Amino acid sequence: MAKKQISIWQEIVKGLWRENPVLATLLGLCPTLAVTNTAVNGLAMGLATSFVLLSSSLFISILRHFIPHQVRIASYIVIIAAFVTVADRFLAGFFPVISQSLGPYVPLIVVNCLILGRQEAFSSKNKIGRSLLDGIGMGLGFSLVLIALGMVRELLGSGSIFGITLLGEWFEPWMVMILPPGAFLTLGFFIAIANWINDRRATA
Amino acid sequence: MNLFLIFISAAVVNNFVLSYFLGICPFVGVSRKVSSAVSMGLAVIFVMAISSVFTWLIYHLILVPFHMEILEYVAFILVIASLVQLVEMFIRKVSKPLYDTLGIYLPLITTNCAILGLALFSVLREYNFIESLVFGLGAGAGFTLALVIMAGIREELDMAPVPKYFQGAAITMIVAGALALAFMGFAGLISI
Repeated sequence: MAKKQISIWQEIVKGLWRENPVLATLLGLCPTLAVTNTAVNGLAMGLATSFVLLSSSLFISILRHFIPHQVRIASYIVIIAAFVTVADRFLAGFFPVISQSLGPYVPLIVVNCLILGRQEAFSSKNKIGRSLLDGIGMGLGFSLVLIALGMVRELLGSGSIFGITLLGEWFEPWMVMILPPGAFLTLGFFIAIANWINDRRATA
Repeated sequence: MNLFLIFISAAVVNNFVLSYFLGICPFVGVSRKVSSAVSMGLAVIFVMAISSVFTWLIYHLILVPFHMEILEYVAFILVIASLVQLVEMFIRKVSKPLYDTLGIYLPLITTNCAILGLALFSVLREYNFIESLVFGLGAGAGFTLALVIMAGIREELDMAPVPKYFQGAAITMIVAGALALAFMGFAGLISI
């Protein structure tokens, strides 16, 4: 590895903010926008994606010396697709309601650019332990943003969080927040807030 | 359901980008200039039409008869990836000008979730062969429409005084939200 080794702790933490997949690198936006109409859906999608990311990072890191360079992308996609099938069957078997509401977005984890991106940029070049840590950090960062988006949209769109009603009768729900336009608007504001925080930290 | 309705539904009412969030990556990445948006859109329509045909054949002629539906995702993504490669080689051989226009956009399409989403939705809604093809064309047309409109807006946006923290990705998302809001106006047109 050409660059300097960073500490194990930083390997995890970088996924949370500095290289956060959604807010900083804008990877994996399809599920981010599509399934965050409630906090539960965001949580489920975050966990499913983290599982696939972690398993495929582990696998690809183990196999990194055996996969020929020319067919690496195809090999990664097949490995990812296999783990997505596992996650999909698991959700359908144990959490049928969540599986129903996520619909085709579970299989679509296959083409989540976040996962392929991490394999290409990290797991294929790093040792197993580090690849796992990277996967944990990225998965956690991704899940946290998804849950936060889900909470904000659910609160504004139906006055509840995780299905528990928080705002009383007086609250007129913003229907638009749980519909597609709300996803774009909320994410737009999230990115702007992240920019603002980064800017303040840079000048401070 | 009649074919015209499938087309309209996929193109505007349930626009792939603005109501299903499929193909957001190219939607954000390639919508800086109208000319490149048009090329990207054409490439997507092309690949969508072909891949909807092939994934339909693979699913109904191979996976279903042999009871291998569990391999659906692996099979689809492999078909799409190799198809894109084949289409690229074919176009390079047959038409040089077309290759120069679509060239760099073709490989990007493999990771465009809209293509896989299309195959999954076709299976989910149990479309027959012709319906799948029309659905693919409609979805491609819808993707192109959204991409070109977005590119048009972003060209104007370059000259607009955007607040500092909203520059870049944030304002793109807000604009996409406004666009999605506008497309919701089509919602009453037909129901599926």
